[in-house]
Amino acid sequence: MQIEINGAPAEVADGALMSTLIATLALAGKRIAVELNGELVPRSRFDCQRLAPGDRVEIIQAVGGG
Amino acid sequence: MSQAPTHSDHFTIAGQEYSSRLLVGTGKYKDLAETARAIEASGAEIVTVAVRRTNIGQTPGEPNILDVLPPERYTILPNTAGCYDAETAVRTCRLARELLDGHNLVKLEVLGDEKTLFPDVIATLAAAEILVKDGFDVMVYTNDDPIIAKRLEELGCVAIMPLAAPIGSGLGVRNPLNILTIVENARVPVLVDAGVGTASDAAIAMELGCDGVLMNTAIAAARDPVLMASAMRKGIEAGREAYLAGRMAPKRFASASSPLTGLFF
Repeated sequence: MQIEINGAPAEVADGALMSTLIATLALAGKRIAVELNGELVPRSRFDCQRLAPGDRVEIIQAVGGG
Repeated sequence: MSQAPTHSDHFTIAGQEYSSRLLVGTGKYKDLAETARAIEASGAEIVTVAVRRTNIGQTPGEPNILDVLPPERYTILPNTAGCYDAETAVRTCRLARELLDGHNLVKLEVLGDEKTLFPDVIATLAAAEILVKDGFDVMVYTNDDPIIAKRLEELGCVAIMPLAAPIGSGLGVRNPLNILTIVENARVPVLVDAGVGTASDAAIAMELGCDGVLMNTAIAAARDPVLMASAMRKGIEAGREAYLAGRMAPKRFASASSPLTGLFF
C-alpha cells in the first residue's frame, strides 16, 4: 500500500506496523520522533500502531539551529 | 560587602540553576566539529536546536547534532524556528518533547514575516497559552514590547526573550530603554534573544540587567567562530559584573581623577 513519509510517496506492506517501518528505515533506537497524520506517536506505541493506505508519516530529528 | 562575581551568581530557569548566562544556537556552522568546539569555548550550558525532517536513507550513518551535544551534558533547548502559526509551533514542541524523552523546556518562536523574522505576537500568545497548559516550560522569543512581555509572563512563560534586533542581523541592542523596561517589570528571567553582533553588544544587554543572552549567528558567522565564542563568554561576564557593580553616574563635564590639593606648581 502507498503511504507518505516526510512528504515523499513510499510503498509499505499492507497493515505494516510503525515499528517495522522504523526498523526498515534503519532508524530503530535513533533519536527521532514520529507523527502520524499530524498527531504524535510516542515510541512506546510503535509496536501497536498499524499503518493504513494514504497515511502521512513525519519522522523528525534535532538539527543545528538557533 | 562586595558581591562575589560569577561563582555564586546563578540564575534559574524552570527550577534549574545555571551559571553560564550565555545561551547559544547550533546553526550555520561549517560542520559539527566546529559547532562542538565553538560551544565548548562559549561555556554555554543551554544550547538550542531546531527540529526538522530526518533524511530517509539518503545519508545513512550521518552524525546527529545530539551526538556531539549530548543531552546528559547540555540542556537542549529545541526551538520552533520556521513556524509561522501557533499550530505548527505546538506540533513542533510536542515532537521535540518526545525526541528528548519528555524534556519540557522549549524555545517558542512564531514568526510573522520572512523579511524581518519579527515575531507574530498574537500567534505567539496563542501558542504560549496552549503549551503552558500542556505542561511545557516555555522560553519565548518576542519583540521588545514591554506590554507583550508582561502578557507572556502572565500566561506562565518561564523566560521572556525579547529581540535586540532582527534575527541574524548583528545590529546590536536597538532599543535599550525598552529592554530596560522589560527587565524592570519582569519577575521571570529576561534574556536578549537575537540581534547581537559582537561582544560589546552582549555586554550592553547584560549591563541593562538582562539575565542572559541567546545568540547564534554572531558566533557562527564570525571569521573565527571559536574565538568569538570565547569573546562572547567574556562580554557576558563583563556586562554582568558591571551591572552588579553599579555603574557611575554619567556627567556632562570633567571630574579630575587626581587630587586638587598638594599642588607644587
